This record gives sequence, structure tokens and C-alpha cells, in this order.
Amino acid sequence: MDVGATHGEEGLGVKRAGRAQRGGAPDEHSEATAFKRKLSLVYLGIAALLGLLFVWFQFDTAFMLEWLPYLLKGVPLTLLICFGGIALATVLALLGALGRLSSNAIPQGIANFYVSFIRGTPLLVQLFFIFFALPQLAFKPSSPAFLESIFVLQLTVAAILALGINYGAYMTEIFRAGIQSIGHGQVEAAHALGMTASQSTRRIILPQAVRVVVPPTGNEFIAMLKDSSLVGVVGGQELFFRAQTTGNAQAHTFETFAVAAMIYWFLTSVFSFFQKRLENKVARGHVREQLYVH
Amino acid sequence: MPAVTCESSYMSTDVIRVENLEKHFGHLEVLKGITLNVPTGEVVVIFGRSGSGKSTMLRCINFLEEPTGGCIEVDGTRMEVGVNTRARKETIRQIRMKAGMVFQDFNLFPHLTVMENVIEAPVTVKGESKADAKKVCAELLEKVGLSDKADEYPIRLSGGQKQRAAIARALAMRPKIMLFDEPTSALDPELIGEVLEVMRDLAKEGMTMLVVSHEMGFAREVANRMCFFHEGKIIEEGPPSQMIKGARDERTRRFLEAVL
Repeated sequence: MDVGATHGEEGLGVKRAGRAQRGGAPDEHSEATAFKRKLSLVYLGIAALLGLLFVWFQFDTAFMLEWLPYLLKGVPLTLLICFGGIALATVLALLGALGRLSSNAIPQGIANFYVSFIRGTPLLVQLFFIFFALPQLAFKPSSPAFLESIFVLQLTVAAILALGINYGAYMTEIFRAGIQSIGHGQVEAAHALGMTASQSTRRIILPQAVRVVVPPTGNEFIAMLKDSSLVGVVGGQELFFRAQTTGNAQAHTFETFAVAAMIYWFLTSVFSFFQKRLENKVARGHVREQLYVH
Repeated sequence: MPAVTCESSYMSTDVIRVENLEKHFGHLEVLKGITLNVPTGEVVVIFGRSGSGKSTMLRCINFLEEPTGGCIEVDGTRMEVGVNTRARKETIRQIRMKAGMVFQDFNLFPHLTVMENVIEAPVTVKGESKADAKKVCAELLEKVGLSDKADEYPIRLSGGQKQRAAIARALAMRPKIMLFDEPTSALDPELIGEVLEVMRDLAKEGMTMLVVSHEMGFAREVANRMCFFHEGKIIEEGPPSQMIKGARDERTRRFLEAVL
């Protein structure tokens, strides 16, 4: 299991770095290696147990391989929905955060309502609302004709809207905290140099907030990758939908779900990797690679 | 808000005029009517106990604190207490562009290199070209002795280097006056000298400077005038020789004994 191995490796890397920071004494190093060995044993144990289950329940690996390409064809739609969703969520979260921090009642009121309402209702309900309920509004006698082209949405568009709007509300709070984490001295320094409020927000505050916000936003993206499976419930031909339909039809549900789970796991591992690289990139100016010399 | 009318100043030589400045936070009166005029090229050192209003006055001059009474004038741009209209904000911005500010905690922008810190305001605020701003930046960094640090991020600088970079950043806007808010208080003792050195050079070039500091050596050598703040008022001022050796007021003497 390739994915499992990389995952384990990554976890160990963090542990080891943590230990090394406390001081690289030789006995600590060997202690770390011993711990690494123990962890590998645990992973091996888990893999063996899973393998045993495979054999015991006579899982049809040939079936899994046969249907893997079909399931993989759902991945592009899953990714499309997620990239679209996270892009929309980022825009909404930025506006929402600026709104919540605004001293003007109108943007603040709208942002407060948005966060409260969206966080207070289930994602599945929101998805159903956008995909099933909105179109009905277009056909009310009082509705003007052009509403049909707005409210009757393609499933992909509805999915992106639902995920984007939903995650945007959660991310508003992340962005708000990120902006607030930048010290007041930074705004003062910007103002003292003659910057306007919008200049200091754009040039000084937001670029610094990005560093704070990237790690949790990456987590949100990974969560969204999995929540996108809800789109299968309304009939989107994404990964999970394909797993469910083929599995049900052929009485091999466990196999197809296992494959789908593996694919989700693989995707999140890949994105975790890129997330880490992005984090390192935006952390520049905050990591002291070497101590200063007078 | 008490309506304090300021006498109109007619072509004064004073580049900083502070008239009847008042500031209270709720019921706490921090400034109780400060009047201070500074002619071009003068260096004024402001000292006094913490909480006496020194920093607040400095921060009122460029409106980082909004005064609750009185009047500020910097290089002919005059601002009274009032409601923040668009026009008023613009005037405040004009004042800020004329008044360079150096903070106790440096407040460098950590996501920008030293050079980017210095050219940020000239490019963003004044619309200078990057090439021009970089040229000026190189000169300024040489002046503060940081030519070799242009591409470093602030986190890799020592406290003294950070403060010198912050001075360069303020100077890049070609201010008419410089406000120093306890510029060496956050520094290790061995790093204070290099910052005072830069400030000394600046004073020699004729920069008008308002310095909140307890560095009496610097004051004696560089200041034209010293002001002693006590409970929101200037209770004594004069040339350093007179202030340090023979302060008239008992409270000034007691404070000086404590810091000298």
C-alpha cells in the first residue's frame, strides 16, 4: 500500500524534526530510530489485518481492478467541483472576513448573517436547496421568465455553489482570525507612512494573513474533497456515485467502496504534500534559516 | 468635545506646532493642554515617567491617536479636532507623509525584505517608480549602514539593524520631521549605540526631530532642547546643559537623578 507508506513516513518526519530540535544527542537519535521501527511494525500489523479480512471475506480483487478505471473517471468531476468550490469559498471568505471586521454596519450585518445562517444549516440541505428548490421558484406564476436561466442549474454548477457557499462561511472565520492575528503595530506603521486604509489592508495586512490562513485553508480543501461525495447523492457522476451504483448493481458494494476510499485517501495525500510545500513558501520572512551575524 | 480655536499661524518658522493639545481616554486625561513649537532643524528630546503622556503626544502629532482637543500643525499643514470626513482623512495623510515615525518595536513589515520595506511607501503612496525608489533606498541603506542587508527579511536582523532599517523606511518618504518613540527602549544595551549614531547623523544633517527617550548622553550631545513631561503637562523645558545640571523643578530633578 503505497499511500499508507508515504503517510507514515510523513508522520515520522515531523516527529523526528521535533526530537532533533530538542537537541541531537546520539542516544536521542537511536531512540528516534527505535520509535520509527515500532511505528512501522504497527503499520505492518494493520496492513496484515486488512489483508486477512480480504482473504476471509473473499474480496473480489479482480472485480476491483476491473472497475477501477470506471471509478477513476469520476475523479475529474470530483476535482472540478472541489477546485471550483474552494475558489468560490476563498472569495466569499475574504469578503466575509473584511465584512465582519468592517466598521460599516451594512457589510458587517450581511457577513454576520451569511456566516450564522450557512453554518447553522446542513451542507446537504443547502445542496438540495440549490439544486431542487431553487428551480421551483423559477416556475411560480409570479416569476419572470429570465429566472429560469438563473435558478435552473447544471448539477456541477449547483455543487460548486453549494460547497463554495458552505465552506466560504467556515473560512470567513478562518480569514477573520488570520487578519486579526496581524499585530496592530503593522497597521500603525503603514498608516504612519501615509498609506490609506485600503492600501494598508492590501499591501501589509492581507499578505501577512495569507501565511496564517494557508494551513487551515488546505485542511478545508481536503475536507471538501470528501464532502464533494454528497454531490453523488443528488446524482452527480463523481467518484462516490460511481462506486455506489456499480457496487449496488453487481453486489460488490464493499469492493467498490474500498476502491473509492483508497482513491480519496490517495488524493488527500497528494494534496497534503502540495499543501506543505505551499506553507513553506508563504512562510518566507518568518523562518530564520540561519542566525544573524553581527 | 471642547471647541478649541487655534490662533492662526502666519508664516511661522516652526515646522511643528502643537497647541493646547488634549487627549483623554474615557475619564483618563493623558494630555492636559500641551503647547510645543519646534523650529526647523531643532532636535527636541522629550522625557518623563511612563504614563506621563510623552508617547501619546508624539502619536497625536501624526494622528495615530486622535486628539480630543487642540491643534496640530506640521510644515504648514494644520489639523484641528473634528469629525473624520474624507477631506480630513486626506489632510491627516498629508501630515503623516511629512512626519516620519520610528516605533519602539520597529514594526517592520515581516513579509518584505529590508529593501521592500523601504520602497513600499514611496511606490504605493507616492507612486514613485520602483527603479527610482530602489536608488533612493540604496543611498538610505548606506547611510544607516545596512547596504549588505537589503535582501534580508527582518527576522534575520538584530534589533539594532531592525531599528536602523525602520529609520531608513521612514526617511524614504522624505519627511520634513522625524518622530522617534522610544527608539532604543527595546534594544539590548550593546545595540543602542548604533541606532543613536544614525540619529546623531540625521540631526547633523539638519533634520527636525522629536525624540521620546531617556538616553541622556544622546540628549546632552544632540538635543537643542529637552522637555520634561509630568502627568500630561510639560512642566519644564530648556537646553540640555541647563536641564541636566540645574533643573529648577523638584520633580524634574528627582526624575533625572533616577535615570542618570
